[in-house]
Amino acid sequence: MAAVVNGNPSSGDWQDRYYDVDQILDRPGPRTAHSFMAGDGVKDFLRNQCKILVIGAGGLGCEILSNLALTGFKDIHVIDMDTIDISNLNRQFLFRQKDVGQPKAIVAAEYIMKRVPGMKVTPYYGKIQDKDDDYYMQFNLVICGLDSVEARRWINATLVNLVDPDIPESLKPLIDGGTEGFKGQARVILPTATSCYECSLDMLNKPTAFPICTIANTPRLPEHCIEWASVLEWPRVQGDKKMDTDDPEHINWLYTVASARAKEFKIEGVTWSLTQGVVKNIIPAIASTNAIIAASCCNEAFKIATTSAAYLNNYFMLIGTEGVYSYTFEHERREDCPVCGGESLDITVSRDWTVDRLIEMLVEKQDIQIKKPSLSTPTKQIYFQAPPQLEEATRPNLEKKVSDLVPDGGEVTVTASSLPFSLSLRITYS
Amino acid sequence: MIKIWSMKKNEEAAAKKKPKTSAAQIRVQKDLTELDLPSTMTTTFPDPADLLNFTLTITPDEGTYIHRMYEGGSFKFSFAINTNYPHDPPRVKCLQTIYHPNVDLEGNVCLNILREDWKPVLNLNSVMVGLQYLFLEPNADDPLNKEAAEELRRSRDQFLYNVKQSMRGGQVKGQQYDKVLVQ
Repeated sequence: MAAVVNGNPSSGDWQDRYYDVDQILDRPGPRTAHSFMAGDGVKDFLRNQCKILVIGAGGLGCEILSNLALTGFKDIHVIDMDTIDISNLNRQFLFRQKDVGQPKAIVAAEYIMKRVPGMKVTPYYGKIQDKDDDYYMQFNLVICGLDSVEARRWINATLVNLVDPDIPESLKPLIDGGTEGFKGQARVILPTATSCYECSLDMLNKPTAFPICTIANTPRLPEHCIEWASVLEWPRVQGDKKMDTDDPEHINWLYTVASARAKEFKIEGVTWSLTQGVVKNIIPAIASTNAIIAASCCNEAFKIATTSAAYLNNYFMLIGTEGVYSYTFEHERREDCPVCGGESLDITVSRDWTVDRLIEMLVEKQDIQIKKPSLSTPTKQIYFQAPPQLEEATRPNLEKKVSDLVPDGGEVTVTASSLPFSLSLRITYS
Repeated sequence: MIKIWSMKKNEEAAAKKKPKTSAAQIRVQKDLTELDLPSTMTTTFPDPADLLNFTLTITPDEGTYIHRMYEGGSFKFSFAINTNYPHDPPRVKCLQTIYHPNVDLEGNVCLNILREDWKPVLNLNSVMVGLQYLFLEPNADDPLNKEAAEELRRSRDQFLYNVKQSMRGGQVKGQQYDKVLVQ
């Protein structure tokens, strides 16, 4: 059989590799969009052009990488800051016992490339925050399989900020998967077009926290004893030494202290793994939940990359605790979302304008109705109305020229009690 | 690829950089500049450029006579806000050793909205008002300093006496407390 023609199997591929996927891609269906380029067009994009970023190479990440590779994505980048722990091996199936201690991203990338012909998987062992906008700009799609709220907020805000209305491809769809025990969710975020991760921050479950007086005085559960050891005893005994929940010696110390406490209060059930679980806020990961959520995420990635079917709008949740229940709904944007909501305004001012003059202009502006605005740039405060110390510290700036504080095209964040959240100004000089 | 974009590469796109202000940073700016504190509370920033670490000083003097047990004192709390705010609550500690049923000798504070009842809709103002409330209505039912709580339950007069004694920098039951009186 001949080698590569537009999107057709390359020489290393096994026979009929894409037989099933091609059933979807070779002809339009009643529900495919007008822009669907059945046949070589869509196959070429998927197999030769589309570049996708996978964030997280853990429980979800392993499933996502394998699904993407098998559906025909060829150019995958993967980021993970963790190394492989022995406890990962029951579900993170790209890793073997010999890999323990190695970076997840690197081992996962090598495994996929070894196993699936024609794959290019580029790993990065490190934090997503190490990468800049240029890096994220190169991808068509981003899929997240993360266990951290903070990392999700960061990538969400980064992708929202990346959107430039003049450059259509600056809008990178973000597909976010998450699991917690038997529950999970998959969502499609089109930054600035649909509700973003920050819009739904108040939907999150609170991490379990026990009242501090209970853990101090009336422990009843093994978890109370562990929290006592980590929240109260660690800082008391260890002083300023920072607790590292990945350090087995630190967990050992907490385990010993918590066990003694449990004995004193005749509480049973403090174990080493529970100690680790409580301080790291670990909820047991279930392989099948990861598989379902990863499948949903990759299905969305495939549909978005190929336009072969309508994509998820925009939130799918799975509740597997009692039977198998799932629910899909459209999470709406929040007008007062600090990331994608709020107003943004381009204004042009003279290079001679003082900060005071700018504030006066904002207050007088009929269409925004700001009272007592406070202004800052991403790196410094310009003028704060309160608290008194900061007002005093920033007051000298009122007399300064805006152009001395903000570069041309620079962003100024304005907050005021009359604004639902904030106003973002882009300042250019005439 | 879905139609929101064209498939053409735009090399210039990557060159355009926008600075970003993090959601946590904007939220802290909003919280701080809209603080509505009574004259009994002031904030101090050791480094005015660092909005995430500061001290709150409470000098309780409000309320009825019975509530004025901590009057004359000046109580300092450190606030440390992390980049995951407001998902994570601010970390608050009392910087002095004080005699209070809901504050232990290490400075840990038992205030529900700082832990189990924290929600992102709450803000720094709610936390500060909550802290001040602890001085107006110490709560013997949620003790961190058990002896102080028992004393409050047993004899209010003895408790008030102990409070005064501790605020002068004296000892209560062999425990040395920090002097917090301003006058």
